[in-house]
Amino acid sequence: MIPTEFDYAAPESLDDALWLLGEGGEETRLLAGGHSLIPLMKLRVVVPTKLVDLRKVPGLDGMQREDGSWRIGAMTVHSELEHHPDLGLLSRAASTIADPQVRHCGTIGGSLAHGDPASDLPAVLLAAGGSVSAQGSGGPRTIEAADLFKDYMTTSVAPDEVITAVHVPALDGYGYGYQKFNRRAEDWAMVAVCALVYARDGVCEDVRVGLTHMASTPLRATAVEEALRGQPLYAGSIAEAAERAADATNPPGDLNATPAYKRHLARVLCQRALTEAAGLS
Amino acid sequence: MSATVPVRITVNGASHQLDVEPRRLLVHALREELGLTGTHVGCDTSSCGACTIHLDGVAVKSCTVLAVQCDGREVTTIEGLGSTDDLHPMQEAFWEHHGLQCGYCTPGMIMAGVDLLNRTSQPSESEIRHAIEGNLCRCTGYHNIVKAIQAASGQQTEATSQARDEVQA
Repeated sequence: MIPTEFDYAAPESLDDALWLLGEGGEETRLLAGGHSLIPLMKLRVVVPTKLVDLRKVPGLDGMQREDGSWRIGAMTVHSELEHHPDLGLLSRAASTIADPQVRHCGTIGGSLAHGDPASDLPAVLLAAGGSVSAQGSGGPRTIEAADLFKDYMTTSVAPDEVITAVHVPALDGYGYGYQKFNRRAEDWAMVAVCALVYARDGVCEDVRVGLTHMASTPLRATAVEEALRGQPLYAGSIAEAAERAADATNPPGDLNATPAYKRHLARVLCQRALTEAAGLS
Repeated sequence: MSATVPVRITVNGASHQLDVEPRRLLVHALREELGLTGTHVGCDTSSCGACTIHLDGVAVKSCTVLAVQCDGREVTTIEGLGSTDDLHPMQEAFWEHHGLQCGYCTPGMIMAGVDLLNRTSQPSESEIRHAIEGNLCRCTGYHNIVKAIQAASGQQTEATSQARDEVQA
């Protein structure tokens, strides 16, 4: 399978990348790791006239902790997240993306910009309350995760903007769990659930739960969070809260899973993820 | 539209200047322009891992990388690991432990195995199985592949200790 013809540029500055993006018109696409874009181009589902490769643009790499939050360069690949010792849930979720070869190429910025509701990192960013920095012709701006994912593979990043960095609160002291159901390593999640729990003296002081592939965007399982926040943490309270994981969701069915089966998976995986996050497994 | 673009790629230690269309996939540039047909095209959808090579020292699937993305970078293919007269320890271990039947997945498996040992010198069986999640083999059931990678890491496998016992007996 061979993509249609396109022009290619590998600018060496963000200004040049933004200029190329603006000048090239609607069918110009940014290329990061290429592991979502190139497969779609080979299938000719996406037919860009020009690719602007970000790999030579300085300032899009590296991870630093700043004011209780991690700043992660948009071109950071999944394997760097996976092997970082202090990223907790993000590291864990990244380690489940496809396989080692894919994790050596795919990037956090590319994955979030692609906005696939079946991919692992969007729900993690949403649950952690993170954000992205984007830069476009109108200057830099911050987009909160809650405002980023608009619809199926549609984000609020404008066509002339580049995601430059991802910000993820460190959430020190939170336990975390990540549970994904798929048939083979390379498959996307039928459903995945991420959980973050802050407990003191056996009581759940804060909880965040993110759902993958339960809608056209990642979701927060707010009903679960409300049911568990302030409650003592034990198997019974977790099971009761997890029963609400599919509340107010309308998951799309596909070849792998019907909507009813996805709702079942969400409840089961939510219970496991919360149990793991509470340190009770 | 889309004139060819000059790229310079170091492949197995030798520098090559190529003129490629931007849409040229790395696997096709390696096989068709450089004649390095040891890298196979299997599924062509970044699932099967038959096209695994090393790019700047780490395993990637060359069916999902554009040749233009490799300008100024280093590629190692199966041909760069060893030769028929001087096999790489991973190749030797695949031979010794019957880690292949039809051989189609083998170059990718070996490149994935070497990549694992570059990161983790003494992997457990579970780590080996996770590390080859991106490589599909339809013949062997993976058992001997796992053994071969374990042996290449210098760890004694059940099979090698049994063979030694038999020789000694």
